[in-house]
Formats: sequence, structure tokens, C-alpha cells
Amino acid sequence: MSTYTAVTDGDRRAMLEAIGVSSIEDLFADIPAELRLGRELALPAGMTEQDVYEHLRELAARNRSAEDEITFLGAGMYDHYVPAVVDMLLSRSEFLTPYTPYQPEVSQGTLQAMFEYQTAICELTALPVSNASVYEGPSAVASAGYLARLANGRRRFVVSRGVHPHSRQTLETYAHGFGAEIVEVPLRDGVTDPQAWAGALDEDTAAAFVQQPNFLGAVEDVAPLAAAAPDGTVVVGAYDPIALGVLAPPGACGVHVAVGEGQGLGNRLDFGGPSFGFFAATDAYLRRMPGRIAGETVDADGRRGFVLTLQTREQHIRREKATSNICTAQALNALAGIVYLSWLGRRGLVELGELLLQRTAYARQRLGALDGVRALHDASVVREFALGLDVEGLEGVRRVIDRCAERGINPGFALGSELPEHPDGLLVAITEQRSRADIDRLAEALGAALAAEPRPQGVAA
Amino acid sequence: MSEHSPPRSATEGASPMQREPAVTIFERGAPGRRSFVCPELDVPRRDGLLPEHLRRAEPPRLPEVSEPELARHYVRLSRRNFDLDSGFYPLGSCTMKHNPRLHERVAALPGHARLHPLQDPRRAQGALELMWNLERALAEIAGLPHVSLQPSAGSHGELAGVLLTRAYHADRGERRHKVLTPDTAHGTNPATVTMAGYDVVKVGTAPDGGVDIEDLAAKADTDVACLMLTNPNTLGLWDRHIERIAAIVHDVGATLYYDGANLNAVMGVSRPGDIGFDIVHFNLHKSFTQPHGGGGPGSGPIAVSDRIEPYLMAPTIVRRAPAEPGGGNGAPADGAALEFDLDFDRPKSIGRLRGFQGNYGCFVRAYAYIRSLGAEGLRDASEVAVLNANYLLARLRRAGVADLLPAAYDRLCMHEFVLSGAPMKRDLGIRTLDLAKRLLDHGYHPPTVYFPLLVEEALLIEPTETETRETLDAFADAVAAILAEAAEDPEIARQAPYTTPVRRLDEAAAAKRPVIRQPA
Repeated sequence: MSTYTAVTDGDRRAMLEAIGVSSIEDLFADIPAELRLGRELALPAGMTEQDVYEHLRELAARNRSAEDEITFLGAGMYDHYVPAVVDMLLSRSEFLTPYTPYQPEVSQGTLQAMFEYQTAICELTALPVSNASVYEGPSAVASAGYLARLANGRRRFVVSRGVHPHSRQTLETYAHGFGAEIVEVPLRDGVTDPQAWAGALDEDTAAAFVQQPNFLGAVEDVAPLAAAAPDGTVVVGAYDPIALGVLAPPGACGVHVAVGEGQGLGNRLDFGGPSFGFFAATDAYLRRMPGRIAGETVDADGRRGFVLTLQTREQHIRREKATSNICTAQALNALAGIVYLSWLGRRGLVELGELLLQRTAYARQRLGALDGVRALHDASVVREFALGLDVEGLEGVRRVIDRCAERGINPGFALGSELPEHPDGLLVAITEQRSRADIDRLAEALGAALAAEPRPQGVAA
Repeated sequence: MSEHSPPRSATEGASPMQREPAVTIFERGAPGRRSFVCPELDVPRRDGLLPEHLRRAEPPRLPEVSEPELARHYVRLSRRNFDLDSGFYPLGSCTMKHNPRLHERVAALPGHARLHPLQDPRRAQGALELMWNLERALAEIAGLPHVSLQPSAGSHGELAGVLLTRAYHADRGERRHKVLTPDTAHGTNPATVTMAGYDVVKVGTAPDGGVDIEDLAAKADTDVACLMLTNPNTLGLWDRHIERIAAIVHDVGATLYYDGANLNAVMGVSRPGDIGFDIVHFNLHKSFTQPHGGGGPGSGPIAVSDRIEPYLMAPTIVRRAPAEPGGGNGAPADGAALEFDLDFDRPKSIGRLRGFQGNYGCFVRAYAYIRSLGAEGLRDASEVAVLNANYLLARLRRAGVADLLPAAYDRLCMHEFVLSGAPMKRDLGIRTLDLAKRLLDHGYHPPTVYFPLLVEEALLIEPTETETRETLDAFADAVAAILAEAAEDPEIARQAPYTTPVRRLDEAAAAKRPVIRQPA
């Protein structure tokens, strides 16, 4: 068994004596005998470090990771390259092992990194206010709903069906608690139907939610959607930050609160987390933001320094009147975010966006030309696109994915598992790690897989 | 006494780091510098892919730095932090225990770190088995049969718990609108209650530090949906009336929620499920050593009783008939029998609380910890945590300290304890905050200050099982030295710290005129 404690028998004796009790048992005297476990927990026996490593390595080997296949899976998390400098910095004890910077005099590293992160998110979103991170993407969307609910007291959320299904589901879970109803707006030609959107919005709408690019990869025309919202309605945009190198930022489109999944910014896939959510807003919502915010100030000698600020919003001060219940967020993951954005740099983010735009267009055209493949929409895309496969529904798509997997390719996400209206849909994502050669291999594998698949009844090839 | 007496004034203390002004990454570099080199365009360039009006007009003003500049900037910045690997960090209620580096190594294995959350379960059996095993272990530790790993942190687990309570009562056709929280509760409890659409009703604390039973009995009626309780509570005390509390709450049909922030005191000793708690959250970043990261990531799995299970978040992990043996080591065989799966078919579920399946990277670390320690090691961790806390409390009960910083409750403590700085403030003219700042000069992270709210000038100290007796002795000596020093000249503590990268910061100015981003 491994141990991380230091108490010797001698220590124990001396310490118990200093306390004035005769055994460890005595320290737990307040716990009635019938509430003591009275046996060991039924857990496997402890192991040495090397045996634990071996066990965890074996488990890892039974997963097929992005290292083991050429993957085009996205749908909210993406296989971007994480630069080595991120790993180096995040593994430093000074960033890895402290907690929330409650003592700013000895937390300037974390606090300044938060301030830099907030600045980068403000630049990225063209909004003036950012917090220091929230948990992740979908719960950030739900938190934006809570902000709106408290800000204007209204009870209705209008949500585009282009918003990630996990975000819509999370918003629904939260809304059930704090009391709001959800009205969904359908997509037309891949993007939010502008007429249905305008028709759904009314004076009782607390917030209106749109995603950019949307779940089908389509680029929304956000500005007119935002402009359609009545006074007081909070327009929430869920953004893919990587796409913001090329797409008009939320602050330029009339969005009030911009949130999103930060995984693509220097965080690993990690089977879904931990990553971070970003949360930015217009000045009007500064004092309604959830979570930590770092601010600049000076110390007793006039030196520049940073502190947690506007804490009267927060649960540890305001308790039941807090703007959110969040305490521990994602500081280390947000640090990865600011290191990554600094590594990419001003031009790098744009270059990366342009590369994705071109490779995605190539992939869309290449795959769209295959027999048995059609586009699900013709809207502009940046890094992800949706196809329809001429197969027998979701099961057919899954068989196609399995056949591609036999060739070491993961062709993407079976849309039908989240969107019943697209049982034969496939969502394909591109990152800078997927070259033209990879895309060509995907086309070959997908073509072969489709050829082996029976065509659905009554559908012409 | 401490081995080295720290400087007693700013002129003595100015360190090289203090002479180095804070410079942000946005103030470094030069136009045109870069770290990232973009892969070359390997497909035919096409124009007009994005209509102009959807395009970004100006590139975002991100830093322009070389990789050496980038690395040096953040390494230097890191040195302006105090951290657990460098010194004692007795931050009460936060369980700052050692973070074994094995956990970082196994979490970074590509099979874990580069696994996509939407990978087909057949090709993610290792991950699902790990999650299943972790769920089983947490269920055993909590004494409750069902677990969801989904919540992202303790507060997220709390939200899950209250929403589960809502679903449970709604399913029985009951409408309740109150949730009880003791006045010792973490702020997350009442904040969660409001977020979940309930009214907070505060319950008082009895003279022995436990829940005021009379007050609880008076407030527990059929409008109450839930009591949220931390046990041991935030005073570091086991509630002596816990069985009666459970009975009172259950008698009115409410659920009993266990805030697991203080679970580190009782792992393998006592289980919330055996006491009658219906819902428990774990803080994997506390009891199970996920590194705190400067404020996250955390992870807040919950364990629940049978009556709450139908409403658990979707998806859950299920184990089907075991897979056929064979297939050998190494890469997973396609079409392998599906042993572990995600179950989305949960008609009564409250839904999702976030994307995907939770903070898997934290699960890997917590699981490695549990497998390293086993049952015996977990109990040992809790026992030593309680031993260390009581030993430090005993050391601080000596003359010269106890009269100025008495224990708020004159009892044995569990894994943490509360001192009151009220006599110190009265007799020496220094506040708990001053003591905390002076501890920084001695090379310690201060305890949690001014929490719990009901203790005047509170100092909440949690040493954890990590620390040696020598460290606890040295810390107690440092506290005594600061008090002795303040008796001579309170101004030293009032102006402290002197040795840190910056000295006391003007928080009022920061809040009054917020500067929360680098001006363009």
C-alpha cells in the first residue's frame, strides 16, 4: 500500500500524549458506536506506485484515443495540438498546487494570470467584461440563463436548436430549478430560422440563445438575430473560441453575454474534462457576473498588484443572494487558455482560423462528392460540417463509423444520437492536426464503408 | 521560536522580487513576434468561403511573444505564488493535502488524455471501467448505493442534490419551498438553494457547536424539502445529535443532504449513508487530492440512496454482462463485447448538469489515489488528519497563546478547528487578518480567516494528514512568536507582510474602480 502520511509510532505516542488521550480511537469519541463503520471499507487493497501505474496504463490501453486513430470527432470538443510549453507551465507546483488566491500577497502569479486571461477573453469576444472561468461550456450557457433570470426577472428562454444539445439540456435542468420555460426555435437551411426566432421573442423573454458556429457547424448571421431581441432581453451567444480568429466577435454583433467551451484553447480532450468555460459580457452585467474576477490595484508601497474583486457578488459573501453558487472553477485550465492564446498570438489565431476554413471546405467538397453522401446544409462553415449518409438511419451511420474504425479512421459524430431529425447525419470536425492526406484517407474509408452498406428502401442512389 | 526571525519592517524586507514590477504578457513582446508556426496550406485555396459581413474585421489584440519570452514570463509569474509543494497550507475547509505526482503521470497517458468524450463506448472501455470502479469505491465510502460523477465541483454537486430533491418530491406530488441550512454552512449552500428555486431558512447553532435541535425542530415542517448539512461541520466538530437531526428531517418527509467538504475526517470511520443521509457530494479536489490548480479544476460527484436514484443525471454508467476474455493486451478490438456503457434511457432523470460525462481527468487522479491507499490507507489518512488537527490544537492551547487565541469550542476536534482572535484583538490590538499576514512572513499560508461567520475573528485551521509533527510544532511556535512580538509592538503585524512579492493590496480601490482587463 502507498502512503502519504509521515506519522511514526513514536510520533503517534507523543502526539496523543500532548492531546491528552490514549488512542486514536479516543479522538473519534463523539461518533456514537452505532454510527462507526466497525470494519474496513470493502475496497481493493492498496497498491504500490508502480502497480497503480501499470493498472492505469492497462485501462488507458483499452481506450482508442486520438493518438490511436485519425479522428474527425468534434461536436463540442476538438483534437487540437496542445503545445509542450502548456504542459511545462501547468505542471509547475506554483500553479498546480495552491488554491483560490484568498491571500493576494502570495498569489500574484495566479491573480495576474487571471487578469491576463480576462484580457484575452475580452479581446477575443470584443466585450469589456470577463470573469476568470466557469466550469465548462454547457453549464456556462445555463449560468448565462441564471444571470438573465436575475437581471430582468423574466421567465422565458428562447433557444435556437443550433445550440449544442448538451447546452440546451443543461439549461433545461437549471431552468427547472430557478423557474423558467424554454421555447425552441428550429433551424432552416442549417441556421436559426429568422422568422421563427423573431416570432418566438417577446417582452417576457429573459434571454435568447444562439450558438456560433452552431451545432451543425453552420455560421449564423448573429447580428440580425441579436437585433430582433426586445429591450431588456439578454442575448447570449455560445461561441467556439477557435473560430473567433475569422468570425465577427460577439461584441460586434450585439451579443450581451458570450460564453463557450474553452477546451480548444490549450486543454486536452480528457474524455470530456476538466476544461473551462469562458464568460464575457457587456458593462451592464459586470456586477451580475458569476465566479471569480481578478482586478488591478496597488499595494501599501504603491506597487502594482492584483486581487479578487467585486466579491460582493459571490457566494462566500452574499450567500443566498449571490449571483451564482460557483466556488471552485477552472483556474488551471484557464491558465492553459491564456498560455495557449499567447502562444498562438495575434496573427496565429487568424492563421489557424484561415487554415481550418480552407481544410474544412476541402473536406466538405471531397466528402460531399462521394456516392451516398449529401450535404445537410449549404451554410458557411469554419471547422465542422454536417453530412447526410444514404444509410438506414442511426444504426446505419454507426455501422459506417465502425467500418471506418477498422481502417483506423474515426469519421465523426453520429448526429442522430442527439438530433432525431437527422438520423442519418454525420458531423465531421477538422483541426490543424488533420492534414489533406488525412482527409483523403477519410474520404477513401467513408466511400468504402458506404459501398458496403445497404441503401435504405425507396431511396435512389 | 521560528528558526529565522523574519524582517520586522518594509525597509528590512524589500526583496529582489518586490523590486521587480508586475509586467503583463500584453506588455511584453513586439509586433510580429510569434511562438506558433501554422501548418502550411495543403489544400487548394478558395476565396469567398465566408461572407465579408460574417468575418472579423480586426484581429484580436492577443500578445505577440516568442516562446522563450512566453516560458520565462509564466515561470517568473509562478514564482510569485505560494504553493502546497513549498510549504504548510492549513487553509481550513479546503483540505490542502499532498498531490502525488503519480496522478499527473497516469492522467497524462494519451489513452486517457487524448480520449474524445464522444468516442463510441466500445472503444472507451478502459475509461468507462475506471469510472465504474470509481463510482463503486465512492459508493462504498459514502455508504450509499448509487453515484453520478457528473458534477464539476462541490457547488455543482449541491445544485444536483437540491434539484434531485425537487424531482423526488414532485414525483410524489409534493410541493415544498424551503431548504434548511445551518448558519455555519459554506456560502455555496444558501447560494445553491436560491439557484434551485427554494427559500433559504437558517438554522442556529447550539452552544456545543452542533445544530440547535430546538430551532431545527421548530423550523422542520412539511414545507421543508431538504436540510443541507456538513458533518463534521465547518467548526471542525462532529454533530453529537446527528441521529436526532436525521430523524427530525426524515419525519417531515424532507431529504438530508451531506456536504462532503469535510469528508477527509471520516473516510473509513463513519459513512453518511449509514447515518441516514440521502445525498452526498464529494470534493475530489479535497479528500481525493486532485490538485487545486489555483482555484480549480474540481470535481463533485454525488452518491444517493435508492429513493433518489431514479432522478439521477443522465447519462449513468452501467455494467452489462462481462466481456468474453481474450483479445490480448494493447489496442481494443473492434466489435469487442460491450461491458461498460452509458445509459441515457432515464425517464425520470433531472437531465444534464454539464456537457459529456464529467471531469474525467479528475476521476483518473482520484481513482489512482483510492487504489494506492486502499481501505486501510484511506482510514489512516483520516485518522492522521484528525490526529494532526488535535495535536496542533493542543500545541496552540499553551500559555501565551490560548488566552489570546482560544479555541471557539472547548472540545476535541475532527480534522480542523476554529480559534477566535477576539481576545487578541482586544488585548494586543491586532486582528486575525494581521496575524494571517504576519504568518506570510514566516513562510506559511495562513488558515482560513473570518469563516465560519458566527465565530468572532475566526481562524479555521486544517493541517491535513500531510504534515509532519515538526511542521506543526514550527507553526505553533510561529503563532506564539507573532503574539509575543505583537505584545511588544502591534504595528509590526498590522503592517505585515514585508517579504512577499507585494504587500497588502488596496482591495477597496479595486472594487470601487474595477480594472479587470488590460486597457487597449
